[in-house]
Amino acid sequence: MIPTILFYLFAAVLIGSATMVVSARNPVHSVLFLILAFFNAAALFLIAGAEFLAMTLVIVYVGAVAVLFLFVVMMLDIDFEELRSGFQRYLPVGGLVGAVLFVELLMVYGGWKLAPDAAKVALSPMPSNVSNTVALGRILYTDYVFLFQASGAVLLVAMIGAIVLTLRDRRTSRHQSIRVQTERNAADTLVMVPTALGVGVKAADIRRPIVAEPEPAHADHGHGDHGHGGHGHGH
Amino acid sequence: MMDVSLGHYLVVSAILLVLGVFGIFLNRKNIIVILMAIELILLSVNLNLVAFSAALNDLAGQVLAMLVLTVAAAEAAIGLAIVVIYFRNRGSIQVEDVNLMKG
Repeated sequence: MIPTILFYLFAAVLIGSATMVVSARNPVHSVLFLILAFFNAAALFLIAGAEFLAMTLVIVYVGAVAVLFLFVVMMLDIDFEELRSGFQRYLPVGGLVGAVLFVELLMVYGGWKLAPDAAKVALSPMPSNVSNTVALGRILYTDYVFLFQASGAVLLVAMIGAIVLTLRDRRTSRHQSIRVQTERNAADTLVMVPTALGVGVKAADIRRPIVAEPEPAHADHGHGDHGHGGHGHGH
Repeated sequence: MMDVSLGHYLVVSAILLVLGVFGIFLNRKNIIVILMAIELILLSVNLNLVAFSAALNDLAGQVLAMLVLTVAAAEAAIGLAIVVIYFRNRGSIQVEDVNLMKG
């Protein structure tokens, strides 16, 4: 009785927050409703008995993906009002496509029947004496090790791709470039200037030009540091 | 109220899928909401897999759901990275303005 009530409660909140995700005006509200939807989906997973997957959903989806969405929404200064201009225009077409899709799905679910020998062809039968996490651990690293490693490779590629896309190398750090150093040759660094005998270097006018030193701001920084230090010690 | 059966889960998953597709239709210009609608679609698929895994007593559904979760997270990260650098270069995320490579 209680699981049924909880199921209807979580399902209702899930569908409600999913509706708000796609129709909220404020994008931050959309992300927050998405987080609510993920939490309720995790609760539905718990009712179905997949507790490891429910916790993974909370940790990965809410903890990483939704936070990433929130970062991007808050970081980009986007005018969301003009992006909603096509809302009313596409509502009937979208509603029609959605309704057709829903009817098709219901037809498939209604006509689906469980085969009498379905239990015999189960790929990885659920053991009844261990917890869900232990059972998943037993098959993930043995039967499904290829998929496990492949998903690791997918994540690695995604990580490298995201870094390559967004890295802004500002060159504020002075670092060595070994390639540049080893490719250096004498023509880049040395210039042979012929000087007349007995005249000296000054006459040949090859001395380095004097550049005006920028005014050192050390005095201000010193006062500021001492001031901060004083306040810090006071606390 | 009857006991919660497989059919209940499938209906919830179907509604989520339809809401995700509907969301893509409604928010054609807002790429971030489109990405969130795609996450809803993948969540509905996960719910479907877990429901069948529980009904057929088969753990393969949960393993596949974990892989779908992995791929969804990777795709969200790359999609948002593309949005960020596009905004950095162009100053807006109007999806209709993404035509620099048009022939």
